[in-house]
Amino acid sequence: MTAIIEADELTKTYNDMVAVSHIRFSVKKGEIFGFLGPNGAGKTTTMRMIECVSPRTSGTLRVFGMDPEVNPAGIKQRIGVVPQETNLDPDFTCAGNLLVYARYFDIPSAEAQIRVKNLLEFVALTEKRDTAIDKLSGGMKRRLILARALINNPDLLILDEPTIGLDPQARHLIWERLRLLRAQGNTILMTTHYLDEAARLCDRLVIMDHGTFLVEGAPADLVREQVGSEIIEMDNTPEVIACLDELGVTFEVAGDQVQVATDASSRELAKILLDRCKTSRVSTRPATLEDVFLKLTGRTLRE
Amino acid sequence: MSEMAHLWAIPRVSRRAGRVWRRNFDVFCKTWKVNFFPPFIEALLYLSAIGLGIGSYIGALNGVPYVNYIAPAILAISAMNSAFFECTYGSYVRMYYQKSFDAIIATPLSIEDVIAGELLWGATRAVISVTIMLPVLVAFNVISLPFSLLTIPLAFIGGLMFAGLAMCFTAITPGIDTLNYPSFLLITPMMLFSGTFFPLSVLPAIFQYVALAFFPLTHLVSLMRMATLPAPGAILLLNIIWILVATVVFCIISINLMRRRLIV
Repeated sequence: MTAIIEADELTKTYNDMVAVSHIRFSVKKGEIFGFLGPNGAGKTTTMRMIECVSPRTSGTLRVFGMDPEVNPAGIKQRIGVVPQETNLDPDFTCAGNLLVYARYFDIPSAEAQIRVKNLLEFVALTEKRDTAIDKLSGGMKRRLILARALINNPDLLILDEPTIGLDPQARHLIWERLRLLRAQGNTILMTTHYLDEAARLCDRLVIMDHGTFLVEGAPADLVREQVGSEIIEMDNTPEVIACLDELGVTFEVAGDQVQVATDASSRELAKILLDRCKTSRVSTRPATLEDVFLKLTGRTLRE
Repeated sequence: MSEMAHLWAIPRVSRRAGRVWRRNFDVFCKTWKVNFFPPFIEALLYLSAIGLGIGSYIGALNGVPYVNYIAPAILAISAMNSAFFECTYGSYVRMYYQKSFDAIIATPLSIEDVIAGELLWGATRAVISVTIMLPVLVAFNVISLPFSLLTIPLAFIGGLMFAGLAMCFTAITPGIDTLNYPSFLLITPMMLFSGTFFPLSVLPAIFQYVALAFFPLTHLVSLMRMATLPAPGAILLLNIIWILVATVVFCIISINLMRRRLIV
């Protein structure tokens, strides 16, 4: 497998603040690779270095085997970027946005017209072709940005929170399109705060915090390795905690709940807990990426 | 490299800057009706109010009818305003509110290309304004042809100078409101004290030196007047050199300041 992105000891500091610290990863051709982490973890900074819009402080970084410092135009010619902030051009219509963007990639006008037609179809915006940007809903804007990122047939698509603020319908449409793009051999790099989204889409992902990687792997493997297969949840009362202590069961307090991570034997344990601890509610559910995320990054609110 | 050295480095601009120019040109064409009339009306108003109104009291100035004397100043002021306001408020809106620069540098264009395209567009706005005004001035018979056509290339180089100056302010302004400072502390005094509506020679010597040393408009008005009268002036060479040097300096510094602001 060819590596599309290779980073080693990649570091970025702003004055005294370390945003990304000595990270190392490689992204293979054809995979969806996710960056997860709380706000300020360094995800967007990492994306921006790969996009050649923010110079790295130290370490090495290669995209398609090229150095962003040496050949930014060569790299940018082959990537598509969906930024976190909507930055469509309000002076143009939907089609106008794509046509103007096509010019930045030196795509001939006739070819651009064909691509714009196909892309508007791809993101289900054909009917909005001549609509002004400020008349679009949030979901339509995100879809148009996805279309814009695809105008140059990129080999690598970089998405920074692609479904932020979207309704479930729009999110599903974007997910479906991303899977389709992967099936066509595209490599996709994405950040997201939606852990269900990451679990559904990503072949591999990293969880970042304070500029470094905490774990890296396939979503299902990470859940199994870091948490287990099931989570037992009970009300957070002094009786329950005393009971768990007495039984010697490891648990974690999450607000008004107490959680016990287990493997496949969750049913037996749940039954014991229901019998022994004086609690009215014991429920079990499958462990998720969210459990991994909160376990690794804590429950403290980030700015 | 030190901070100062960075500001003087020659920016690497590619021909892709033309794409940014083209984007702005396309937007301009979409709204050409509202863009076309201001210079036209402006020329009419100035000529009627100042030229004919005030001019009727003044008569001739240095042997030239007053309205003919101010005609080139109207062109120079319009070139200055078009380029300056395009590259302050216009560029700031595109940079900060529309995030257009962020969107463009995700493509093969660099930030240097983007700013160079904006500067060229600012200069083009100056050319468009002067070109629209010229027929009005010809109709009033206050400028002489064909030498007055030289005001068009002069508008481009002068426009580029003011675009560069404007972009320096845009690169360092904390917000859009603070762009008002250069507008009324620099542009307004320049409009009045650059040999526009009366000769510099009537001012105290110190004012004359300040205008010649620090006001870019002084030199643009002087050159435009030589073209429209037409009559070569004594400081022709000084005017040309001042404008060329200032244009190069402003444009280079503005691109480097913008890079410092946007590429972190």
